[in-house]
Amino acid sequence: MSATTLSMTYREACKQAIRAACAADPRVFLMGEDVGAYGGCYAVSKGLLDELGGERIRDTPLSESAFVGAGIGAAIAGMRPIVEIMTVNFSLLALDQIVNNAATLAHMSGGQFAVPLVIRMATGAGRQLAAQHSHSLEGWYAHIPGLRILAPATVEDARFMLAAALADPNPVLIFEHVMLYNMEQELDPTITAVDIDRARIRRAGSDVTLLTYGGSLPKTLAAADLLAADGIAAEVIDLRVLRPLDRATIAQSVARTRRCVIVDEGWKTGSLSAEICASLVEAVFYDLDAPIARVCSAEVPIPYAAHLEQAALPQTERIVARARELVRPQ
Amino acid sequence: MSADKLHLDHAHLFHLLGEMLRIRVFERKCAEMYQREHIRGFLHLYDGEEAIAVGVMQNLNDADAVIATYREHGQALARGVPMDRIMAELYGKLEGCCRGRGGSMHLFDRARRFLGGNAIVGGGLPLAVGTALGDKMQGRDAVSVCFFGEGAVDEGEFHESLNLAALWKLPVLFVCENNRYSMGMALERAEAVTNIATKAAGYGIAAEQVDGMDVVAVEIAARRALASIRAGNGPYLLECDGYRFRAHSMFDAQLYRDKAEVEAWKQKDPIRRLEQWLEASKMNFDDEFARLEAAAEAEVAAAVAFAEAGTLEPLEELERFVTMDAVPT
Repeated sequence: MSATTLSMTYREACKQAIRAACAADPRVFLMGEDVGAYGGCYAVSKGLLDELGGERIRDTPLSESAFVGAGIGAAIAGMRPIVEIMTVNFSLLALDQIVNNAATLAHMSGGQFAVPLVIRMATGAGRQLAAQHSHSLEGWYAHIPGLRILAPATVEDARFMLAAALADPNPVLIFEHVMLYNMEQELDPTITAVDIDRARIRRAGSDVTLLTYGGSLPKTLAAADLLAADGIAAEVIDLRVLRPLDRATIAQSVARTRRCVIVDEGWKTGSLSAEICASLVEAVFYDLDAPIARVCSAEVPIPYAAHLEQAALPQTERIVARARELVRPQ
Repeated sequence: MSADKLHLDHAHLFHLLGEMLRIRVFERKCAEMYQREHIRGFLHLYDGEEAIAVGVMQNLNDADAVIATYREHGQALARGVPMDRIMAELYGKLEGCCRGRGGSMHLFDRARRFLGGNAIVGGGLPLAVGTALGDKMQGRDAVSVCFFGEGAVDEGEFHESLNLAALWKLPVLFVCENNRYSMGMALERAEAVTNIATKAAGYGIAAEQVDGMDVVAVEIAARRALASIRAGNGPYLLECDGYRFRAHSMFDAQLYRDKAEVEAWKQKDPIRRLEQWLEASKMNFDDEFARLEAAAEAEVAAAVAFAEAGTLEPLEELERFVTMDAVPT
């Protein structure tokens, strides 16, 4: 580690982002279940109640619909709320407020109102939490016009996406994958902001494009390492923004490599991976040298037992196998 | 009717009557224009419930926020949203209060802090908690007034919102417009406890039942409720008991209620009731009822003309405002 870089966990980056946002703007506050006294169910906001007080770090009752709706109302009234929902699974209890209000009010009112609200939530599997705490439903939200959907997969994005989301006049949902919170990476101190518009090439390559986001990025980068050892140069794209999709970056990469594997912890059917696949077929069909492949979760409720859970999720070995099949068909 | 510090002079009573008549005549014209297919989609009319919107709205300031339901023409008119902009909205015209994007169920008017027009039953209550929270955190002296039907009481959002508003002592006036039917479902068939005001006690919220067919009674009760809220005592719930004279929407054959029941409630018509009271009090000199009705007819006719002369939003604007470039100020 050089003297100019700083090592930090993803969890700490999320916390510093909230602290910095509250310091930068008196209209910003955090509310959600157990964000205060408990310190956040994933310990993201631990200590912030003591630092910032109960007005800014606001514990709520277990009323997802009411406190998400209250976030929408407070945003319309001039505040800049950050609403935390423990996991995407619980966000279904607030789906009405997110889809029918947050996403529609601007358009339905003919542009009279904006909803500058940020909703953060954990997503994904890997902690043996079984079927009601492990799903990856961010793809559903990416279906909805009016929402911006972010999936930070690096410590840098975890640290800086929040500020960009708060600056957006529209509702932004941030999905933090549960398996990333303990991940530690170095932060470049010269970077103080990130965009929330573009996908990013995390590793350049020319033989195949591996498209992914969130908790699948480390697995996909590991797959690229293994492929490199095998003489296959994989390009890894981190989508970062699930809506609106950066279709240009995706299409340009696939047009160059002519092969693509989409890695998504969501299910295949009716999914984000299906949308990306269709989008590539529309844009670069004639550039493809092989069918587009997908590595997604098995179409099952995520089970508790470790061996079953791991078998249900995208894994590095499967990504490697699928990429190899595309580059070197038998 | 007791005054309770309210100055019930001639001018004010005729103002109340005129406001209710504006709504009644407007709704009559809406029904006609629906039959003539100038208005489409869902149309939920407010006939019979005018006293609730008009009575509550007398007590509000410009800074207050109003959140209503899909049956909200009356609230919009009583809040001061221009009638011609509302009619143009129902016609789907660019000159409508939402450029024709919302229609009957989604009237919004930023200038009057009228926040819809929410067509998901119960969906407006959390929003009202939020505007009240935002106002309180910014030190504004404002109340969020949330109208909802008794059907919303079936929804979890009602209970979540009352609890949160009480817990955080937020300035919210919850106005339950109990018209006895959530679409076709009678209150006693949907709720184990049909007295809605008593439910507020479970959340430590002050509440009262008021005759929703009596505009002065509603105004007095709302005045009392708002004084309590503005004094910092937290939320308040008013259950306004009334009846809708027309069908739920224009597609409703009303198989679930007897004509005799409807006729019995029409005998309590809030407009006729106020007129009878004014007659008995010898206040209707110069035939002012007719003058007010003619004024309402003229305003409605002008609104129709405005709507018919309106233009259609260009198709190139279809995707405009899906997301905003800036927060409107």
